[in-house]
Amino acid sequence: MLTPVDGARSRAVNEELTLALTPADVARLGELARVRLTEEELVHLAPQLDVILASVARVTEVAGADVPPTSHALPLTNVFRDDVVTESLPAEAVLAGAPSVEDGRFRVPRILTEDA
Amino acid sequence: MSSPVMDFDEALAAYDPVLGLEVHVELNTASKMFCGCSTAFGAEPNTHTCPVCLGLPGSLPVVNAKAIESAIRIGLALNCTIAGWCRFARKNYFYPDMTKDFQISQYDEPIAFDGYVDLDVDGETFRIEIERAHMEEDAGKLLHLGGSTGRIGDAEYSLLDYNRAGTPLIEIVTKTIHGTGAKAPQVAKAYVSFLRDLMVSLGVSDARMEQASLRCDANVSIMPKGTTTLGLRTETKNVNSLRSVERALHHEIRRQAAVLSSGGSVQQETRHWHEDGEYTTPGRLKSDAEDYRYFPEPDLVPVAPSREWVEELRATLPELPNLRKVRLQGDWGFTDLELQDVVNAGALDVIEATVAAGASPQAARKWWLTELARRANEAGVELAELAITPAQVAQVQGLVDAGTVNDKLARQVIEGVLAGEGSPAEVVVARNLAVVSDSGELAAAVDRAIAANPDAAARIRDGHVQAAGALIGAVMKEMRGQADAAAVRELVLAKLA
Ligand SMILES: [Zn+2]
Repeated sequence: MLTPVDGARSRAVNEELTLALTPADVARLGELARVRLTEEELVHLAPQLDVILASVARVTEVAGADVPPTSHALPLTNVFRDDVVTESLPAEAVLAGAPSVEDGRFRVPRILTEDA
Repeated sequence: MSSPVMDFDEALAAYDPVLGLEVHVELNTASKMFCGCSTAFGAEPNTHTCPVCLGLPGSLPVVNAKAIESAIRIGLALNCTIAGWCRFARKNYFYPDMTKDFQISQYDEPIAFDGYVDLDVDGETFRIEIERAHMEEDAGKLLHLGGSTGRIGDAEYSLLDYNRAGTPLIEIVTKTIHGTGAKAPQVAKAYVSFLRDLMVSLGVSDARMEQASLRCDANVSIMPKGTTTLGLRTETKNVNSLRSVERALHHEIRRQAAVLSSGGSVQQETRHWHEDGEYTTPGRLKSDAEDYRYFPEPDLVPVAPSREWVEELRATLPELPNLRKVRLQGDWGFTDLELQDVVNAGALDVIEATVAAGASPQAARKWWLTELARRANEAGVELAELAITPAQVAQVQGLVDAGTVNDKLARQVIEGVLAGEGSPAEVVVARNLAVVSDSGELAAAVDRAIAANPDAAARIRDGHVQAAGALIGAVMKEMRGQADAAAVRELVLAKLA
């Protein structure tokens, strides 16, 4: 099931610059990014992030109605590769950087939520 | 563990079920969706991984052309519109089954959309509308260890194998399905079964539910009859067989009916199907907390299949399985039940080939569904894997039609062919199986039988024709079964008239 894109982002991109980012918006973004923020940090960060969003959003002032939203800088489509198997990395190399390994697998701490 | 349920008929008298089905199909490309790592099943853990599918910094994904081709063919087979231009998107989430902390998927620009399939369920046709079929990459495989159940809830830690991460997937999503009533579970099963057959006939996936190369998430909600407000839905996961699709929905409808009728409300949540006990348990609550912050994947340029390419691919579509069944049933004159038996036995292909080789449809059906089905079952193989070709089965029937062998001898011919003794004709010669047609030899045997059974002979002379059985049996025994029983009977009655 699909969920809507993040409200703060689409609002900043699509609407007027007058909408300020609230500490509640920042708290929500923090949750989504798994960053724990104190009340002071929220209040401190909200106006700063607002400045960043407003700066980026100024692009929309420059772009006329005839300029479509752009997601890619390259004027390319259909960059494909043939379905051919190439060599993978040796498992030792793959696991070399893992904090913990067991039976050739990455070992991760307990995952709490019931979902698979 | 299991919740109270209402009787199914009672539940259906009060509520209308509304379905939504999401099916994930693993494509059978040789390499992964965005890198050249092999997709082969069963390799040592983490041996089919590289910087791209491990999401290492600086790596760049490149789209597998074959996966796009398969996605378009699937879309066309589902009567979808194929997008002229679409993008991949990042679906951001925190879960260790992907090292990147996002999955490359498609969001609001699926490669195929607005399709449908018509399903026949017990003589009633249901149109299932397809909302979209989009491309994405599969995730890695988790093992939950340290707990007593092997489930995530009480595991102490988990182990990860990323061999599967990046395998191309197509997710096919239906629009909400109304009006199936008590047949809802059957319709869902028929739909998944149709998709499985379709993937196999398109040659794009093994579509094996038990190996999870085809997976179904079944959404269902129920509406009190006479209302038009959709109820809150649940999404049942871990539905790993066709039978489970049907059973899980059957159960979930009954459970939701029990909740609503006792004044409660259904939680919008993921539920897990337990195959062994046939019940579901709640998983994660579906709420606003879920926000994947999709945005266009900056590392992949848009996919814009040309109309010419799409039409080229359309021309490669095989006859769709459901249409083929209808055509063959018409050609063969089978009843619904006969056709169903053939389909269930997986015998459509071999019977079609046997008929093409000259056998009548009924004869082909008889051999494949009785003698050959029994032998395949004993050997634990598929019909097509038996060491006899459809053409040889047609030859066996040809020998029966020509009177060279009877049915009983034909079974020995089949045995010989399966044992590698050569063609049916060669087996007949080598095993000396031909029905004795020398009338002199047969007449002599009949004379001997009459002489040996004077009582039976006398009774036949008195008009008791049913006594002929004893004499026919004696002749057949003497001829070691290699005689035409009808001819023997005629001869006996003529001699004693
Ligand atoms: Zn790879």
